[in-house]
This record gives sequence, C-alpha cells and structure tokens, in this order.
Amino acid sequence: MKLKELESCLQQVDGFDEPKILLEQYPTSPHIAACMLYTIQNTFGDIEGRLVADLGCGCGVLSIGAAMLDAGLCVGFDIDEDALEIFRSNAEEFEISNVDLVQCDLCSLDPDAYASKFDTVIMNPPFGTKHNQGMDMKFLKAALTMAKTAVYSLHKTSTREHIQKRAKDWGVKMEVIAELRYDLPASYKFHKKKSVDIQVDFLRFSKA
Amino acid sequence: MLTSHVKGVTKGYPLLIKATEVKVNEVEFNPQFVSRMIPKLEWSALLQAAEGLGHRQDLPAELVSEYEKDEEFLKKVHRALLEVEVIEGCLQCPESGREFPISRGIPNMLLSEEEA
Repeated sequence: MKLKELESCLQQVDGFDEPKILLEQYPTSPHIAACMLYTIQNTFGDIEGRLVADLGCGCGVLSIGAAMLDAGLCVGFDIDEDALEIFRSNAEEFEISNVDLVQCDLCSLDPDAYASKFDTVIMNPPFGTKHNQGMDMKFLKAALTMAKTAVYSLHKTSTREHIQKRAKDWGVKMEVIAELRYDLPASYKFHKKKSVDIQVDFLRFSKA
Repeated sequence: MLTSHVKGVTKGYPLLIKATEVKVNEVEFNPQFVSRMIPKLEWSALLQAAEGLGHRQDLPAELVSEYEKDEEFLKKVHRALLEVEVIEGCLQCPESGREFPISRGIPNMLLSEEEA
C-alpha cells in the first residue's frame, strides 16, 4: 500500500467525540499516523506479520493503520471505554478483523505479565503535561517491557535529553527517526489559540 | 494472554472464560504468524479456552512437534486464536474469583482503587 493511500484511508477514522483532558486525549493526525506506520514497515519491517501492541490507542488510528499494513494482530490498550467504543466502530466500518481491544490501566498493569510478548509496540502516549506528569515515561517503561524488538513512540522534543538518559539507564538504544511539527487543533476550552504547533520527536527504541 | 492483577494474586492465570455470546470472524490465515505465536502461548491455557467456547476442534492435548510444517494444525490454531471471539461474557481470575466483564468484544480489566 502506498503512503498516500494509507493516509487517505486513515482520514476516514473517527476521532474523539469529547476528548478528556485528564487523559490528554489528543488525536494522532492521519498524516502523522500514516508516516509513522509507513516508516516502521518500510524501513524496519516491524509491522507485517508481527504481533503489535498500541498503548493508549484511543480511537485506534495507529492500530487500524497497522492492521491495514498486514500486522498479524494488533492489540489496542486504553483505559477509556468511550474511546474504545469509537475504536470498535471504526474497526467494524473498515471491516478489520486483525485487531483486538483491551480496556485496562497501563499504570496498574504488571507489564512483566506481558514481558516480550509483543514483537512491536507503537504508541502516541500522553505527553505527560499538566495533571499527568511523568505519564509519558510510565508508558514508555511499560512499552519497553512488553516489546521484544522495538518500540515506536512520539515525545515532545523538549524532553529528548531526559528520555535519552533514561533509555541509557534501561539499556535500550534510542534513535530519533524524525522531528515532526505536531499541529494540535484547539481541542479544549483552555486553549486560547486556534491551533498550536508543538515540536515532537518520532523515536525508535530497540532492544539489544 | 490476559492475566488478573488483583492485589495478592500471584499468578492469576489463565483466566477462565465464561461466554454468553461467541462469534467467529474470518481472519486471513498467515501460517508464519501463527507459528511464531505458538511459543508465546501456554498451550494448556489455549486448549482450555477453546474447549470452553466449544471450538477446540480436535486440537491435541500436547503440542505436536514440527508444527510449523503442519498446515492443517496451524489452521486450527489460527481459528481458535484469532477467529473465535467472545462478544459478551466475562473472564474470571482463577485465584481471587474476581470477574472481568467482556462487553461488545472488549474485556474490561480495570480494578477499583481498593483492589489495585
């Protein structure tokens, strides 16, 4: 499948009806999702025929894209049943059967139970701002435990140094695949501007 | 592969599946993927689950050797693992008895604050 094709398919994926501020529910744009998945498959071959986990999957744009790129199975994890319900109806609409959904709290989950069970973990985690400090690192820690081969994730560029240090402590290799401008449409009332660009890194973590 | 995380529960696996509605969805068969999934599974847990849902077919009690070459066998595992889906029911933790509801195909593994 071509990149453009993937992106235009992902434009049909429904997003959040009423995003929840406490969960930092920001959508992953079809463009970013398509570019991420396309690179993960074409440069690293980490989707086709793989068991993929999508942490904090929300409405499922990454999972659905991974399923379209012929993941063996993609399992989406999220705490919010409203988001999962939208995900479910998206998957139904696309007639995608190689996805599974689980409602759970990644922070209280014992990731050792899933240690290295998944080939690849993909995610656009909460950035860990406002009420959620450190949430991004909790997601990353869980992802690294669950993945056997690699973790692909989006993080604020401003946190790169910190993440690099933690990755080193954990003994995983981190590479910056791309620097993105994440165009965040004003989703919440406290947003004063119409939309704001934030600098985001697309990172790949691999296990030695 | 799901396990229970109720406090004090050490193993919490395998969860017992109680289904009230089961659906079979056709999923494209990928023999390599199924072969690679098998070592990740606890065979007895898969059997127990498939049996409970009435889809054991004639899967053997012990894992066959050289299963990656046995397409018939892989097809059966494919069916049990990927195509049989519990739409409504629950998963029960074998140790604590705690039940996790499954609704519209999505298991809810959330715990209350006292349980976590």
